[in-house]
Formats: sequence, C-alpha cells, structure tokens
Amino acid sequence: MSTSILKKGARDSSTGMVAAFLCVFAVLAILIAGNAADRLMGVHALLFFSAIALWLIGIGLWAGKLGDRDPFDETRYEDTLVKFGVAASMFWGIAGLLVGVIIACQLTWPNIFYLDQLGWTNFGRLRPLHTSAVIFAFGGNVLLATSFHVVQRTTRARLFGGMWPWFVFWGYQLFIVIAATGYLMGITQSKEYAEPEWYADLWLTIVWVAYLIIFLGTLWKRKEPHIYVANWFYLSFIVTIAMLHIVNNLSLPVSLGSSKSYQLFSGVQDALTQWWYGHNAVGFFLTTGFLAIMYYFIPKRVDRPVYSYRLSIVHFWSLIFIYIWAGPHHLHYTALPQWAQTLGMTFSIMLWMPSWGGMINGVMTLSGAWDKLRTDPVVRMMVVSLAFYGMSTFEGPLMSVRAVNSLSHYTEWGIGHVHSGALGWVGFISFGALYCLTQWLWKRKSLYSMALVEWHFWLATIGIVFYIVSMWFAGIMEGLMWRAYNDFGFLEYSFVETVEAKHISYIIRMVGGLLYLSGAGIMCYNLIRTARGDARINQPADAKPVSQPPAAAELQPAE
Amino acid sequence: MGLINKHGVFERHSLILTIGILITVSIGGIIQMAPLFYMDNTIEKVEGMRPYTPLEVAGRNIYLREGCYVCHSQMVRPLRDEVERYGHYSLAAESMYDHPFQWGSKRTGPDLARVGGKYSDEWHVDHLIDPRALVPESIMPPYAFLAEKSLDYRNIEDDLKALRAVGVPYTDEMIENASNDLQAQADPDIYFDEQDALVARYTEASGREGTVQIRDFDRDPDRITEMDALVAYLQMTGTLVDFSTYEAEDLMNAR
Repeated sequence: MSTSILKKGARDSSTGMVAAFLCVFAVLAILIAGNAADRLMGVHALLFFSAIALWLIGIGLWAGKLGDRDPFDETRYEDTLVKFGVAASMFWGIAGLLVGVIIACQLTWPNIFYLDQLGWTNFGRLRPLHTSAVIFAFGGNVLLATSFHVVQRTTRARLFGGMWPWFVFWGYQLFIVIAATGYLMGITQSKEYAEPEWYADLWLTIVWVAYLIIFLGTLWKRKEPHIYVANWFYLSFIVTIAMLHIVNNLSLPVSLGSSKSYQLFSGVQDALTQWWYGHNAVGFFLTTGFLAIMYYFIPKRVDRPVYSYRLSIVHFWSLIFIYIWAGPHHLHYTALPQWAQTLGMTFSIMLWMPSWGGMINGVMTLSGAWDKLRTDPVVRMMVVSLAFYGMSTFEGPLMSVRAVNSLSHYTEWGIGHVHSGALGWVGFISFGALYCLTQWLWKRKSLYSMALVEWHFWLATIGIVFYIVSMWFAGIMEGLMWRAYNDFGFLEYSFVETVEAKHISYIIRMVGGLLYLSGAGIMCYNLIRTARGDARINQPADAKPVSQPPAAAELQPAE
Repeated sequence: MGLINKHGVFERHSLILTIGILITVSIGGIIQMAPLFYMDNTIEKVEGMRPYTPLEVAGRNIYLREGCYVCHSQMVRPLRDEVERYGHYSLAAESMYDHPFQWGSKRTGPDLARVGGKYSDEWHVDHLIDPRALVPESIMPPYAFLAEKSLDYRNIEDDLKALRAVGVPYTDEMIENASNDLQAQADPDIYFDEQDALVARYTEASGREGTVQIRDFDRDPDRITEMDALVAYLQMTGTLVDFSTYEAEDLMNAR
C-alpha cells in the first residue's frame, strides 16, 4: 500500500513517510499481539493494529482521490485540520462532561447507578475516564486545534511538515482511545492524571515530539520577525508537558507483552514526582496552553491590541518559573519532608501574582471595547473565563497555606476548586475559541444563533455556581466534621456520618453538572448549524457582522 | 527598562526561546526532587518493613486496577483527629516499596493506610460484595465480581522480578517460589511446608515476627479468587512497621 502512496505523493514525501512510520507500528502491534502475556494486552494490541490499518486505508483512499491537487499548498493555510480539531473538541467535550454527570449520579444515588454485574462501570474506573476525557481529550484537542490555527496566522506560514500535523492529530485521537478503553478494562498506572500504561505513554511521547517539531518548524518558516506572545505560551506548554510526561511515567513493564508496569520511583519520591507532574499538568496544560488561546482570541474577537506588552513578558517568565515549584502543596502534612512542603507553599502563594498578571492583561485588552461585553456573548464568555481564572488562582494559593490545607485537603473543597478552574476558566475560554474558530474557518458572517450562545452562557454559568458553591459547602462541612470533638473529648462523628451529610450537596452538584452539559450540547448544535451555513430567520440579512474573520497575521506584539 | 528591551532576542529566535523555557521550568523541579533521592533522612529508619508477599502484590494490583485511590487515601496526617480516627501517622518508610505510591488526594471514603487488622476478613468480603448491606449510608461501588473471579497469577514471578529491578529487595528464593508462596498464603489446608517456608522468608526480610498472615481470606476453599488477594493486601496495610521501637522524637526521624 505504501508504494502506491509514494507514487501519488511524489511531490511531497511526508505522506509516504507517515505511511511507512505507521507500517512500522502496525508490525510492532502484531508482534505484541502474538506475544501478549495477558488478555488485555492482546485486546489492546489488536485494537491498535486495527486503528493503524484503518488509518493506512484512509490515507490510501485520500491519496487516490487527490489527482493533480497539491494537498499541502504552501500558499494556503492548513485550515481543514483545524476544522477537524474543532469537531473532535466538541465530541470529546460532550463525552467527558457526560461521564462526569454519570459519576456524580453514582455518588448521589449509589443504589441506582452502580450495576452489580458491570464492575467496569464502577466509580473507580469511570472517574479517570472523566478526568482524562475532559482534560486530555477535550482540552488537548482544543489546544491542538487552536495552536495549529494561531501559529499559522501569527507567522503567516502554512503548518510545517505536510502530512505530519495530521499524524499528530490522529495519533492523539488514537492515544485517547487506547487510554480510555484501558481504563474501562482496568489497565491503569493508578497515578492521577497519568493513568495510561507504558505503551500508551510511549505512543503519546512520539506524537508529542512530532507536535513540538511541527510547532517549531512553523516558527522557523515564519514571515513575521517577531514570535507573537501566544506562541510563547504554546511553546512553554508543549516543551514542559513533554518533560513532565516523560519523567512522571518512568516505569518498567513486567514484560514487553504485558500491559502492566511498575513505577521506577516509589513512596515519597514517587509522590513528589507525581505532584510535580500533577500540579504542572494544571500549570502548563490547563493554564499556559489556555492563556495562549486567550492571547490570540480575545484581542482578535474584540479587535484591540493586547493591553500590555511588558506585562505579558513579566508574567510569562515568572509564571512558568514559579509554577513548577508549587507541586508539594498537594502533600502538606504527609511524609514528604517539611522543607519541601514549605517551598511548595511559598511558591504557590507567589504564584498568585503572575496568574493575575495574565488575567489583567486579558481583561484590560477590552479597553475601549467594553460595550462588546453586552453585545457579544462570545466575548462575555471569554472575559468571564478570566474572572474564574482570577478566582481560582486566588483560591489555589489560599488552599496551599498549610493551616487552610489541613482543613481543605482530602475534602470536596478540592473538587470544587478544580471545577471552578476547569469549568469556568478552561471550559469558557475553550468555548469562546470554538465559537470564533467555527465562524471564521467556515467563513460565516455570524454564528447561527447569538440567542443560543446566550442560553449556553447562562446555563453554564449557573451550572458552575451550583457546582462550586455546593462543593465549598460540602468540603468545609466534612472537613469540620472530621475534626469535631464532643464534650467528652471523643470524635463527634463517624466517617460515614460525614458522607451522609453531603447528600444534598451531591444532588446540587449533579444538577450543576447537568446544566453545564446541556449548555455544551446547545453549543454543539449551534456550531453544527453555523458550519452548515444556516442563518436564523430573525437575523436581518444586512446585519453587521459580529466579528470579522481575521486577515493574515495583522497582530503584532502590542504597544 | 533595559532588560525588557533585550527580550527581543527571545522573540526573534525560536530556539533561544525554547532553551530559555526549558531552563526556566527545570530549576524548581531539580531543586525540590533531586535531594529526596540522596538525602539519608528522607526515609525514616524503622523496623518491620518488608517487601510484600506475592499474594499481597497481587491484591495491591487489584487495588490499583479498580482505582481505589480515587476515593481512599493511604496517608494519615499528624493531626490529632486523624491519629485518633485512623492510628499512628504514616511514615515515609511505610510506602518505600510502593511502586507507585498510593497516598491519594481525596477521602470520599476513609483513609486505608492502617485498615489492616481493623475488621475481620468476613467483614471485608461482605462489605466489598455489597457495601450498603453493612453500612447503609455508604456510597461505595459493589465489588461482588472479585469473589467470583479466580486470581490470575501465572505471571507473578515476572511481577516480583520487575519490582526487584526497580528497587524492592526480593531475594532469588522469593522470586523462584513466588507462585508457591502465593498459593500457600491463601490456602492453609494443603501447603504446610510451603507455609513455613513463606513465613520464614518474609519474616527474615521483615526482622519481625507475625507480619505474614495466612488464611483463606474469602472463605472459599475451592480456589484463590481476586477477593482473597485484595483482602490479604488490605489486612496487611499499615501493620508492618513496629511502632514500639519507633522513636518519633529522635532527631534522625525529624523532617
């Protein structure tokens, strides 16, 4: 098959290279399937092989239809890939939020939502599915799509590498499928947010290195003298995630045919490595990556330059320097040496300032265009995301103080905290970017319906408020109950009494999640109608465009 | 500001920017993580810690597989209420053979660092099969399938070998006899000699009598199930270290 592709793609060798590369992995998968030491590895190897086979057939069919068209025309942007990224983001977003609502129901009504005969649907297996789906599948696809869009527009160059960006996109989807099916079958490293086993980790490493090379390659091709600020943030996200991923996943497989591996580090060292990774997955995946989105989409949508160039420099370097130290605040009062805990707490508090630097730079970019908060709900969504960012980056340093942490740690407060960041900041800035991208890439004058964006905004906002308030309440209550003493000097509550006391909060949290999910559903409908080119009847044909599609890189570092 | 004007170097050269980022994000991790690997007092000197028996390893792997860590911590903090509720605060030494660590980050259920010996085997089995039968307010998922599933321990020797490669001090003897040891620990009616050998091996490693518990944990004499392994692991957690010889006030144990 690869030879026919090579003939077709004589102009461009990248397609042949990708196909050959995939063939190597197809052979590896077959070898592993043949030597599988456990049934699960056999299933995964065959799944992997089938996916690669389908992929190669897809490339073959695509190449066959090409004719004389140059698929990687250097004079045009690679927009099709970004469109795929938008679609994948919507799909994984809905899937991840849905699993979230399901597991919220499990904790609320265990008699109904646990199925005795289906052990693989238990909370312990579905929660990693939820966290990975929303962070890595939804968030990751948003980052892939937006970074590919932004780096092209701000360098005025087509993506580097021809077929390789497509390799990154589909390779990443394959990683998600391997990871997700693995969780359901019980293949896990049991390290939070780093659950995929060794072979999935290796595959992701390969995909990620390709991603870095494509990103850097595009920067090398740039026709702009300066690298725009959003790209600094994307670059720090890609480079740092590579470092974190590799170090935290150092493990030894039981054998090459085994789906099981043992971590290289143990106990206290493993704990610090894990939270160095875990906290900076928040810092570099969910923060710098999405700040990059903020630095491109907010200025573009409101048609204003970034508020302060100096602030962006200062807060960029201080943010990435300080973030990496903050991990030990997840390990207060544990067996981690106290000097490490103190360092973690100190830097977590310092982190407040560079975080708010980003918020200020984003919000103040609206200077002179504040009216857009009223007229454009997409802008409002992105600005409210910054408000949530500011709130959770204040709450984080607060919770990292040892005294506060002794109450908040292990409780629902932590769950509330991550969701104010995840639903409020990451979710809203992503939705804003997806609305913009859909309108711009499909070259529409406006979104299908601004009223539906309003609905999305309000449903999601109310959902977040339900979620975080109920979790604050539940967390602080259970934290206080755990440490409550009665008049005789005995512990006042048994553990299960504190569980029972959270029932009402759990119901409210579930409703909040459901509201947020329905908002996302409305967005999907709106985006699909927008992409199809439908226009609402109640919009006058000569309506002023809500936001112009951006021309080629007109943004310069501001000031 | 002069310094800010020099920032153009980073903005014009992507490689310099990349290297600058890499250096900036490496510093904190190196300073915090590297010392833990060579500082002697990172892990306390205690008596009683030993590598887990093959059955405990298999049970621990089920604990990992089912994602117990998402709801149960294994880290008792040195706070008055926690020490009263769960027992002595956890030491770094107690998880020194945990690849990976299972300290957890959330207590939707109670801490399990010292659950060993707190409840009977029957309680654990019944509770895992139907948590709400014993604790009506519980929100834990049911794990009845563990009692119905035979434990797959064909590769247990490879498991121990891999663990030794990452630093757990299993002896050649422990590895050679892994499969026998596993059966002997869960099936007390057949393997008398193997039992003695198992106890001898792991008692020597521990330096302390009575850390190896031999029983038919799930009361199903016909076979070794996943329930046997998980309950064996749970009954061991937090019981290895001899706290009668541990001096918390000793300066070498201060951290």
